[in-house]
Amino acid sequence: MSAPGIPEVLLTNVTKRFGPSAAPVLDAISLTVERGEFVTLLGPSGCGKSTLLKLVAGLSPITSGEITVNGMTPVNARPIVSFVFQDATLLPWRTVEKNVALALELEGRPRDETAQTTQSLLQLVDLSHVAQHYPRQLSGGMKMRVSIARALATRPRVLLMDEPFAALDEITRDRMNEELLRLRAEQDWTVLFVTHSVAEAIFLSSRVIILAPHPGRIAHELTIDLPWPRTAETRESEAFDALVNRASRLLREAHRA
Amino acid sequence: MKKRLVFVLNSLGVFLAMLLVWRGIIAAFNVPAYMLPTPWMVTVAFGEHLNGILSALLITTEEAVLGIVSAVILGVLIALIFARSEWIRRLLFPYTVLLQTVPIMAVTPLIIMWVGPGQAAVTLVAFIFCVSSIIANTTQGLISVNDDLVALFLMHNASPAQVLAKLRLPHSLPYLFVGIRISSGLAVIGAITGELFAGSSRVGQGGLGYSILYAMAQMQTDLLFALVIASTILGFAFFFTATFLEWLMLHKWHESAAVSRLES
Repeated sequence: MSAPGIPEVLLTNVTKRFGPSAAPVLDAISLTVERGEFVTLLGPSGCGKSTLLKLVAGLSPITSGEITVNGMTPVNARPIVSFVFQDATLLPWRTVEKNVALALELEGRPRDETAQTTQSLLQLVDLSHVAQHYPRQLSGGMKMRVSIARALATRPRVLLMDEPFAALDEITRDRMNEELLRLRAEQDWTVLFVTHSVAEAIFLSSRVIILAPHPGRIAHELTIDLPWPRTAETRESEAFDALVNRASRLLREAHRA
Repeated sequence: MKKRLVFVLNSLGVFLAMLLVWRGIIAAFNVPAYMLPTPWMVTVAFGEHLNGILSALLITTEEAVLGIVSAVILGVLIALIFARSEWIRRLLFPYTVLLQTVPIMAVTPLIIMWVGPGQAAVTLVAFIFCVSSIIANTTQGLISVNDDLVALFLMHNASPAQVLAKLRLPHSLPYLFVGIRISSGLAVIGAITGELFAGSSRVGQGGLGYSILYAMAQMQTDLLFALVIASTILGFAFFFTATFLEWLMLHKWHESAAVSRLES
């Protein structure tokens, strides 16, 4: 465990340009994510929110500023971080079970530990009955559940999620949102989530960061004080509607400015 | 099942009709046997020369198999180098395309001049026929891996060897099999072409190409036809084997595993 007071994710004045003379994609972003928070980056496409997530994962170098994850550089922090991509990115030649086991296998964990973790994760995401299936036999929602199970296999402290449910239909997306919160109640991770869906952002998060484009910068911050646990009924509450309306208005303003 | 039976019967009917047309042309235009033998004469020639045809078939099979297997081994190795370095790929890839566009038939005499006639030269010709499509397809497979998947492997501190063994190689397998399927036909064509030029280092013993030349020189048109049929069967056997191997390796997970399409 880390010393108290070290934020899980800390961005200080982070700027990113693709190429030395290019206009910045992200400009002077500073953000602190404390342990246990669910922070969502909300913004229109092209505001650099996915780029920001890749920087935190150490998959792309920053131009200036500093990022630390649990006090470490993004690359050094990889063992405690998992990334969930927009596409399920499953390996089509591996069964569901072997896909979930991938990360553990790459890290060279013992076989019986891998098998055990995989089994319990498949149970957790309710996919035990398709453990021996291949990805092409699964629906979009099921594939995403496998992808999330794979990300959870290494017991990450920090979960980076890049529009994981964007390709799903609305009903499936709502159900996956509820499921994600249920999983989070069982294992506690800190989440940095990216989406362009206002309702999804409000439903999931403890805090929503609204980004403005060209260059990508933080326009507003919204604390979501809806009570936990959040369920399908949460979406029907007036407080939820009010927050969605407010976030939508802020998003529009940020886009215009 | 019933649909399949109807299909088989139909195919058989077409085959018999073609034999009838063949026989009919000979009867109608009084074609001499040395120009076009009857189906029955070809069948008899097949029986009479069975041992010779089989041994020729065996020799050509050996050359074609060696040619395609060495093309797969060397082609995959070259593809691995191409996938590893974009610089080398840009520099050398055009030449593998050249290998495909040059009419290899025309280069065959050169190869025989350098290597000397015989099975080694013929195998080399079969190899050259096959190798470029193996290289091109496998390279494509190795480098067309989704960026997010590479990122996923990096996130879990995968070594370059792990990225290769658990990501790039399995991803390139369907591409490799496309190359093998194309090469399977070319291997047989390459071996027979090679034999037409290189024949055999021993008199009276050679593969199908050599035997075809021999039959032509002797004006044994019935034997010539039998040899052409044997060559066709060999080509089909190669294609079928390649398609079957592809199905065996890929049908569980890959959308395009070929046999399901052939069956439907």
